[in-house]
Amino acid sequence: MSDLTTRDGASAPDHGHGHGNGDVPADDLARPLYEGPGALPAADIPHRPRRSDFDPKAARRAERQVAGLFLLSMLMVVLFVVAYIAIDPQADIYIPVFGEIGYMNFALGLTFGLGVFCIGAGAIQWAKKLMPDVEVVQERHSLASTPHEDVEAAEQYERGKEESGFAQYKVIRRTLIAALALFPIPLVVMLRDLWTPTDSAAGLSPAEQLSTTAWVEGMPIVTDGTYVKIRPEDIPVGGLVSALPEDIEEIQKAEHNLNARGKAAIILVRMEPDEIRAQQGDGWDYQGILAYSKICTHVGCPIALYEHRTHHLLCPCHQSTFDLADAGNVIFGPAARRMPQLPIGVNEEGFLVAKAPFAEPIGPSFWERG
Amino acid sequence: MKGLAARRRNPIVASMLLLVALLGVGGVYAVATSAAPAEAVATGDQTAIDEGKRLYLEGCSSCHGLNAQGTSNGPTLIGVGAAAVHFQVSTGRMPMAAPGAQAPTKPVDYTEDEVAQMAAYIASLGPGPAIPTAEQLDYSDADIAEGGVLFRINCAQCHQAAGGGGALTDGKYAPSLMEATPQEIYEAMLTGPQNMPVFGDGTLQVEDKQAIIAYVMDLQQAPNPGGLSLGRLGPVSEGLFLWAGAMAAFVGLAVWIGIKAR
Repeated sequence: MSDLTTRDGASAPDHGHGHGNGDVPADDLARPLYEGPGALPAADIPHRPRRSDFDPKAARRAERQVAGLFLLSMLMVVLFVVAYIAIDPQADIYIPVFGEIGYMNFALGLTFGLGVFCIGAGAIQWAKKLMPDVEVVQERHSLASTPHEDVEAAEQYERGKEESGFAQYKVIRRTLIAALALFPIPLVVMLRDLWTPTDSAAGLSPAEQLSTTAWVEGMPIVTDGTYVKIRPEDIPVGGLVSALPEDIEEIQKAEHNLNARGKAAIILVRMEPDEIRAQQGDGWDYQGILAYSKICTHVGCPIALYEHRTHHLLCPCHQSTFDLADAGNVIFGPAARRMPQLPIGVNEEGFLVAKAPFAEPIGPSFWERG
Repeated sequence: MKGLAARRRNPIVASMLLLVALLGVGGVYAVATSAAPAEAVATGDQTAIDEGKRLYLEGCSSCHGLNAQGTSNGPTLIGVGAAAVHFQVSTGRMPMAAPGAQAPTKPVDYTEDEVAQMAAYIASLGPGPAIPTAEQLDYSDADIAEGGVLFRINCAQCHQAAGGGGALTDGKYAPSLMEATPQEIYEAMLTGPQNMPVFGDGTLQVEDKQAIIAYVMDLQQAPNPGGLSLGRLGPVSEGLFLWAGAMAAFVGLAVWIGIKAR
């Protein structure tokens, strides 16, 4: 195929809409390409002219479409301002599918969105219908530097080395390298602030802090949210209670953070004692009431999705599932460790208390845990 | 436009149409499945108990046993109390239409009186939670903010912070609370229907339950200033909507831009 759209400068001084009768070969009717400096040659592939290339009516229709879209955008901008001024911000309006929604929000979003959209749609319509659609060739050139530039860069480097004396002053060179090597140390030292201040004062390492919680022997168990002490008879069979150690609020006040709460959160569940198939320690339940950490051993989401008929505890984040009737073992999902159990009993006043701290670190694995 | 038919034949457009059709069918199905509950008053006299026993033998005994002792198909009802009967039957969950992971709500088969009679019969079999009184259900003085705190600690893990419900294991799910009445919420906390744990009056006291009810009622009336709530399920449904809906629209626009004009 050689009857392509390339034109030598001699032909067709007309502006494209000249001949409209069907006798002329269609390829000749494409509008002339730009032929000034920087003009690109047409690609060697067939070109099918568009309707607007040879039909002046179609071209004018496309022109009107593009201008119409731009006009619509202007109208939307005006309507946006009107809506902003005129509509009561509290008013609601019913829109099918969307339901009852804020009238002003809807009007502002619709007019602004359409205003922007119409500018883009008009530009695309312009490009598709009226701008030349002849495929052209643009050569790619090598991006490498010229040999002359290479030599010049090497010379500059050598000159800098000599003039600065970097090779000559050994002491300066070595102290500069040492200074740059030490520079990141403050950034690393500041990571120490990740330690809880009070625990750090007590000399606990980060690993020890992660391994210990506020639970100690005899610590009363209180409900989360209402902070009342719990008697065994308060929890019916099938019951679930989110709970904390009694002194959690004081610890939080002292530490100014939620770390202690994040570590000490537990759930209490009660099942018939003969439904408990295994526990993490002998007699760690109290009459069928079991206490487990609330923090998932996968990545530490708080879990209380307890199904009281299956005794499964499901983590909403990644679907790790623990069987609380079977020592909190993992039965599904990405968690690699069982849910730690807290041994509980009652004190002389009849309230539920921890019989001992957690026997293993709660929550997700960490470096030193191995 | 003349090119429209030609564009429709584009394979991307075809798969987009399929996607839109699938979403439409799913949406219509989701809208079509919902039910409204009723209220009832419990009575304790012998005629009510006798009538309740008759209804029980007709509608419930095939799964729960002739003496409500439970069978392999259903748990014992001795000691579940009147509140459990009212919750399960007045929401249409019981009797179950078919065995499944969970009993869904459906149109109610019994009148309020019949529900009360069955509740009276089951309550006569053993002590259990009674249907809450009007005084217990009065949440007009309750603290909504406090209810929100308690809801997020005790309920949100399954029902979502905005009460939209969510999935559990093996096809079970926590239902949406957007249609729940104060009585149903109270009874559910008291009796632990299906796999929901029991939140006894000892650890979640009456005023705490009232605060939670006040919070849920407030959620139910909350407007949707942004339009489509998408089930208020958070990032999952919103992400799905964006990927399926918005991305499809963008792909459609890209196809339009890419098609050569005729």
